[in-house]
Amino acid sequence: MRDIAIISFDQTPARRSVPELNEVEMLMPAIHGALAKVDMTIDDIGFTCSGSTDYLAGTAFSFVSTLDGVGPWPPIQESHVEMDGAWALYEAWVKLQLGEIDTALVYAYAKSSPGDLPMVLTRQLDPITVAPLWADSVSLAALQARALLDAGKATEADLAEVAARSRRSALDNPNAQLAWDRPADDLLADGYHIAPLRKSDCPPITDGAACVILAAGDVARSKVSRPAWIRGIDHRVEPIHLGLRDLTVSESTRIAGEKAGVAGGEVDVAELHAPFSHQELILREALGLGDGTAINPSGGALAANPMMTAGLIRIGEVASRIWSGEANRGVAHATSGPCLQQNLVCVLEGEN
Amino acid sequence: MPEIQLPASLRDVEPVRSVRTPAQLDYTFTAGDATSRFLRGITQKKIIGQQATPQSKVYVPPRGADPELGAATPIEVEVAQVGTVTSFCVVNLQFYGSGMEIPYTSALILLDGADLSIMHLIQEIPADQVRIGMRVEAVWRDDADIEPTLESIKWFRPTGEPDDVNVRIPGEKRGTGLGSWVGGVAPTELVVRNPRTGVGGTEADGGEG
Amino acid sequence: MTDRQDPGEILSAPLIIEYPFKRTTGPVIGAFLTGLRERVLVGSRAEDGRVLVPPAEFDPVSGEDLTELVEVGPQGVITTWAWVTQPHAKHPLDEPFAWVLVKLDGADTPMLGALAAPGIEAVSTGARVEPVWADEREGHIDDIAHWTLVDPEGGRA
Repeated sequence: MRDIAIISFDQTPARRSVPELNEVEMLMPAIHGALAKVDMTIDDIGFTCSGSTDYLAGTAFSFVSTLDGVGPWPPIQESHVEMDGAWALYEAWVKLQLGEIDTALVYAYAKSSPGDLPMVLTRQLDPITVAPLWADSVSLAALQARALLDAGKATEADLAEVAARSRRSALDNPNAQLAWDRPADDLLADGYHIAPLRKSDCPPITDGAACVILAAGDVARSKVSRPAWIRGIDHRVEPIHLGLRDLTVSESTRIAGEKAGVAGGEVDVAELHAPFSHQELILREALGLGDGTAINPSGGALAANPMMTAGLIRIGEVASRIWSGEANRGVAHATSGPCLQQNLVCVLEGEN
Repeated sequence: MPEIQLPASLRDVEPVRSVRTPAQLDYTFTAGDATSRFLRGITQKKIIGQQATPQSKVYVPPRGADPELGAATPIEVEVAQVGTVTSFCVVNLQFYGSGMEIPYTSALILLDGADLSIMHLIQEIPADQVRIGMRVEAVWRDDADIEPTLESIKWFRPTGEPDDVNVRIPGEKRGTGLGSWVGGVAPTELVVRNPRTGVGGTEADGGEG
Repeated sequence: MTDRQDPGEILSAPLIIEYPFKRTTGPVIGAFLTGLRERVLVGSRAEDGRVLVPPAEFDPVSGEDLTELVEVGPQGVITTWAWVTQPHAKHPLDEPFAWVLVKLDGADTPMLGALAAPGIEAVSTGARVEPVWADEREGHIDDIAHWTLVDPEGGRA
């Protein structure tokens, strides 16, 4: 295996709506920012991969026109996944492992504001027996939360603690969309949104973009003093029918974490892509994270949730803490699909 | 296909083989910066492109990004309302939702001052007389009917000027746009000059020189 | 050079996208939909003996073809639920309702449905429910108009 590291990361500030920019206009500052931080241009990049879905804004093939922001001429080696950008990063990592290129640029973006996001996401459900019911993403998450409460694995107060801590942490994140300081008890006094979830248990709807640059071996060392090396990365998927899964656990995360080697050392920081508060509890258990791990110091997806992008941001947030020396070893997680259907786990480490 | 064993209650009824699952999603589309500027120009009967630098390509309609430089295009440039047909097709099929009488001609038109062809209709000439190199001009709707849409230009019509026999599809030799596989050769770094670094695409390499 | 516009000057327009799909079901999902039209619920028997509802064409563990369809329900129990106070225009019910996963009698995996209930207090995990069939059925998931509590008092099972 080649040593591959995250060497740069940039993101746009998360906002409820960015109507004044089209997708490529919104995305370009993240791409240009990530390149500039390591003094690179597109001509230094061996492979470009992006993650997005055209369903969000209803603009077909938007992923083709956003590529203009990279400067894809003469034709570059590139690919796209209709998944979170974390999966685009996985593809780039595989490509780097092949050994023919030394650098890769990965970006992701979402404009969810033009559509009705919870309803748009019903289109990823089983098209014959579930999607015609228009079971929205928040309702499905609420079914999972109820299952967790019924199993005695969490209380509504536990959910509120996650919600409160995430928004409090977000006060230190200039890119966060929801950042406030309210005690968990206070949140419990709010009425239900879709019971048993309160609004505070749910993520914001976000427009935003992010970009990550990867490099192999000495190229990475030449660009940053302390690269965030990818020590393990794995992703797994579960069945499309919720009824075929035990919603109170995340078996795919557990296996991905095992394959990525999460248990191989202390985890200083974990950025978990848990759009709903109860999902953080499921993920912590699946990854075996204890009290010694700082969870979502960025505020996580509860503070900013650009679709197809929030998972890639988790990887960037962990890498940033390794570059700065704040953390030595960290875990980044990304999810996609309803109720944590698909999960990716990435272990990052600095060199001492 | 494996044989399916049905419960007794379903053995003697007509099986369902297909299902209709119509779905509608409602959006509020926002045009963003470049497209809003372009469409506001249209309401003043101006055709406005954008470029990244004073030397770089002028894109019409602008999307806010220059794909050659990978850069934002903050400079606005008004281009001419006359141009040259760089390619065309004659449409003999009635498309759903189209009120056009067939046959009609849909063309790529390189407006003077632009580096990217726009697609529009050619009218006021029989379809079989449209040709590459023909000079055409925009025909606007009546002033009262001008709206922020490219349909405010009803169509293009011949100007009567002599044809521009040297017209090229933009970037034909460089490989941008239609015709990028010149002579069946893929536009690689070797045959295409890199607009950012100036490297490649020499005549010796089989490029534009 | 031009300054960025204020969002107020940005043009916007309604955009409606329709997906008028007609899908081929295959024999297994076709049988499930045939059952709905005939007011019969069916699942498929997996290699380990479990009955999966909705039926699956392949075994979720081994990937082998599953060919035996068996009748289940029509009653079942709620395995988890969520209460919707403000239904969306696209939701199956206009009044506040519960999404439920229902494990039908004879089935081992639950299916999703919308439960009509007088209020959040009436719904609980373990409660017994049954389908309310649409008057006109054509072999579509909407042939189940919604689900209803068997015991209208919603007592715990």
